[in-house]
Amino acid sequence: MSATSIFIILVSSILVNNFVLSRFLGICPFLGVSKQVETALGMGMAVTFVMAMAALITYIVQIAILVPLGLEYLQTIAFILVIASLVQFVEMVIEKISPTLYQSLGVFLPLITTNCAVLGLAILNIQMKLNVLEAVIHAIGAAIGFALAIVLFAAIRERLELYNVPEVFKGFPIALITASLMSLAFMGFAGMV
Amino acid sequence: MKLGRIFTRGLVFDNPVFVQLLGMCPALAVTNSAENGMAMGLATTAVLLGSNLVISIIKGFIPSKIRIPAFIVVIATFVTMVGMIMKAYFPALDAALGLFIPLIVVNCLILARAESFASKSTPFNSIVDGIGMGLGFTVALTILGIVREFFGAGSIFGFAFMGEFFQPATIMTMPPGAFLALGLLLAIYNKITSKELNEL
Repeated sequence: MSATSIFIILVSSILVNNFVLSRFLGICPFLGVSKQVETALGMGMAVTFVMAMAALITYIVQIAILVPLGLEYLQTIAFILVIASLVQFVEMVIEKISPTLYQSLGVFLPLITTNCAVLGLAILNIQMKLNVLEAVIHAIGAAIGFALAIVLFAAIRERLELYNVPEVFKGFPIALITASLMSLAFMGFAGMV
Repeated sequence: MKLGRIFTRGLVFDNPVFVQLLGMCPALAVTNSAENGMAMGLATTAVLLGSNLVISIIKGFIPSKIRIPAFIVVIATFVTMVGMIMKAYFPALDAALGLFIPLIVVNCLILARAESFASKSTPFNSIVDGIGMGLGFTVALTILGIVREFFGAGSIFGFAFMGEFFQPATIMTMPPGAFLALGLLLAIYNKITSKELNEL
C-alpha cells in the first residue's frame, strides 16, 4: 500500500466525508459534549482511541469468525457486543495504568458505546471492502475528523454564550444552525478526493 | 399513570426529537425526503415496540449489573430482524436508509426507554409507551422530511406540485439543510410551547 493511498483515505475521512458534518455519525456527543473546548478535546481523544481499536477488532471478528461460519447476518449483534466490551475493557485498563488519564477521559468512556460513529465505522469498513491496514487508517482519520468537528464546534459555542441570542433560539436551535454553517463550510472540500 | 398520558407523552410533551433530542443521527441523516423519514421512524418504532415488550417481560431475570449489555442484545436482535424484513420486502428503502438501519441499535431513544421505562413497568404499559414514543419519533422525522423535501426538491412524498416558477434549494436535501431545518423547527416548537406555557 502506497503513501498516496494512505493520504487519500486520511484526507477523505477527515475533511471530505467528515463523520459528523457530512455522514451524520456521532451527533449525540457532538451536541451533548460540546459546551467547552476542554471537554470536547477529551471526548475527541477518547473516541480516537476506541475507534482505532474497534476498527481492528471488529475487522478480525468479521474475517475470522463471521465470514467462515456464514454468520454475516449476526454482524450488528457481534459488533455492538465487541464495542461494548472493548469500551469496558479500555476503561478498566486506563484506570489501572494511568489514573490521571482516567480522570480526564473516564467520564466520556461509557458514552462511547452508544456513539453511532464507532459502530458506523465498523460497518462502513466492511462495506467499503478495505483491508485491515486501510480500515485502521480510516478509523484514525474518521476519529480525527470527529475530534476536529467537535472541538471547532465547542469553540464557536463558547463564544456564542456571550452573544444575545433571541429567546426561542437559545440552546439547541442556535447550536444546530451553527452546525449547519460548519457543514456548509466543510462542503467546500467536496470533490477534492 | 394513565394509558392516555403515557401515550401522548411520547407523541407530544416528551417528543423524542423536539424535546429530548434523542436519536439525532437518523433524524438528521435520512430525512432528505418525507418518505425516507417516515420509513426510518416506522422501523425504529418496530424495534422499540419489540425491545420494550421483551425487556419488560424479562426485567425480573436480568441482574442489574449487566442490564445495559443485556438490553443491547435484545435491541440488536430486533434490529437484525427489522433489517432482514426491510431487505426482503422493501429493497429500495433499505438501499436509501443504508447504514442507518443497523445503526438503530445505537439510537439512544431505544436504550433510554428500556432503561427508564420498560425495565420498571408492566408489559402492557411498555407497549403503549413504545407506540407513543415511536410514533412521536416517526411524526418528527416525517415533518423534518416534508420540510426538507419541500424546500429542497419542491415536492412532498415524491409529488411535485409547485409548478415551474418554484426554484428548489437543493442545499436543503444536503447535510447543511438537515441541521438548518431541525434548528428552525426546534425554534418554532419552542415558540409554540412557550406561548402555551404563558397562557396557562
